Amino acid sequence: MAVQALAVRSPARRGPAGVLRRLTVLLPAPALALVAAVFLVPIGLLMYLSVTDPTPGLHNYTAIASDGVSITVLLRTLRMAAIVTLATVLLSYPYAYVMTLAKPRMRTVMFAIVLMPFWTSLMARTFAWVVLLQNDGPLDKLLGFFGLASGGLLGTSTGVTIAMTQVLLPFMALPLYASLRGIDRRLTQAALGLGARPVVAFLRVYFPLSLPGIAAGAALVFILALGFYVTPALLGSPQESMVSQLMASRIQELVQFGAGGALGTIVLVVTLVLLALVSRLARRSSALSNGMGNK
Amino acid sequence: MNGSGRIGWSLRIACFLVATCLVAPTLVVVPLSFTGQDSFKFPPQSWSTRYYTRFFTAPEWVSALQTSLELAIIVTVLATVLGTAAAYGLNRSRWRGAGLLNGVLLTPLIIPQIVMALAIYIAFLRWGLVGTMTGLVLAHTALAVPFVVVPVSASLRALDRRLENAAASLGASPAAVVRHVTLPLIASGVISGAVFAFVTSFDEVVLSIYLQSPDLRTLPVKMFTSVTSDTDPTIAAASTVIVTATTLLILGSQVLVAWKARSVARRAAARNSAVAA
Repeated sequence: MAVQALAVRSPARRGPAGVLRRLTVLLPAPALALVAAVFLVPIGLLMYLSVTDPTPGLHNYTAIASDGVSITVLLRTLRMAAIVTLATVLLSYPYAYVMTLAKPRMRTVMFAIVLMPFWTSLMARTFAWVVLLQNDGPLDKLLGFFGLASGGLLGTSTGVTIAMTQVLLPFMALPLYASLRGIDRRLTQAALGLGARPVVAFLRVYFPLSLPGIAAGAALVFILALGFYVTPALLGSPQESMVSQLMASRIQELVQFGAGGALGTIVLVVTLVLLALVSRLARRSSALSNGMGNK
Repeated sequence: MNGSGRIGWSLRIACFLVATCLVAPTLVVVPLSFTGQDSFKFPPQSWSTRYYTRFFTAPEWVSALQTSLELAIIVTVLATVLGTAAAYGLNRSRWRGAGLLNGVLLTPLIIPQIVMALAIYIAFLRWGLVGTMTGLVLAHTALAVPFVVVPVSASLRALDRRLENAAASLGASPAAVVRHVTLPLIASGVISGAVFAFVTSFDEVVLSIYLQSPDLRTLPVKMFTSVTSDTDPTIAAASTVIVTATTLLILGSQVLVAWKARSVARRAAARNSAVAA
């Protein structure tokens, strides 16, 4: 049937269809040109400025190492991103695991709950955290009830960490669920059947198989946390700023394009290295599971 | 795979707590938007609807809402057309570099937002695009394109190419094949892409902060400056309106996609029974 259709169709290839096929090749051009002009060229410019502004050389990078502020801020941002990533893993794992076991209707509801933050405005969610974390706000009262009166978490890095964990949770839960869904449960059942205790079966069979999903979600959350601007800017304090705020103040307030560009380049390099590591890990683990499937 | 459906109580409780954490915090904006006070005190001690009145009448809020809606509509049209064309072209390309080009289209998803925003700010300063609608449209469209490319590519991969071949063999011109066969079959991907593009632009804060001017402010930027400068509960009313509107939009589009799929299936079934008869 398909062969016949192709045979009938082929004469047309020399006619208008051939022209259309050649035009098809050009269809991605406008979108590519736009993305190049709006993202690739400006990013290139930012990196170029980091080694040429105000004078050529690597002084913007040596300044980061020696100015005493940049390193502290970079390390604080990395630490915060790591804590947020870990917290999202711990919170998402049971949720994603239950999603793989739940009945279809329940799973749809759980899916909708995870997806909700994607369509609720980031500004609305961040503002909600301003209300929750404020002095004498709901969270403060809750902590006071347990005898942990804090005087409000607004303007502290604890507050920023809590809010960022909540905002970034779906980015961990979705890739994790996709990965857990693919795990063959017969493998754990086999381990149980061979006499492993449930904890051992989980730790030695199920958990290692879920690592690629954790890695994918963790990379995503870590990258998003590194570049987060709105949440730390509104919930944090200038004394404990993140690299995003430092970059913004260098570029917009101090007009030091080179110094800000150098920070941006470092964040970008960290991001790309992480993505390369994760994609390599994913490729190796998929090769591994394919190999297992063939046996 | 779901054979062992037993879920322990500790897991159920953990799940319930996580679900609450995902949904509940955002909902505080709803009661707060009806506060009668001039503060973010929660829960409010008195009630009124004056902040809704303010949101829909105060010039600075109305113009921000207008700017955001205008921008999001232009961006949705542009991103949907460009993204669908690009996804189609790359899907049909047999060239090996197509994968790389697809990767280029998705870069906006992986570059840290603040790096992107500041890079665009510096470049747009040089090109005279900061504080202009053109600048906002360009930046938001580029940001929204991947959100169209991903669902449309998925629909195209799921498309049965024999249907297009059949139409062509029956004498349909290539343009007619695209118009009457391909587009209806990938409609659900295009609709989801368009909705994502709209929400992406309507919600975008960081790029818009750097591309704003005093008389060109999107709603999220107005909200951002409102939180940083004063305690005006109008932002709670704004948040409630936005959350409700986007939720309705997303649910509506999902219902539309499901209805479309069902009507296609029904038509196919009717055709099959006609053929059988």
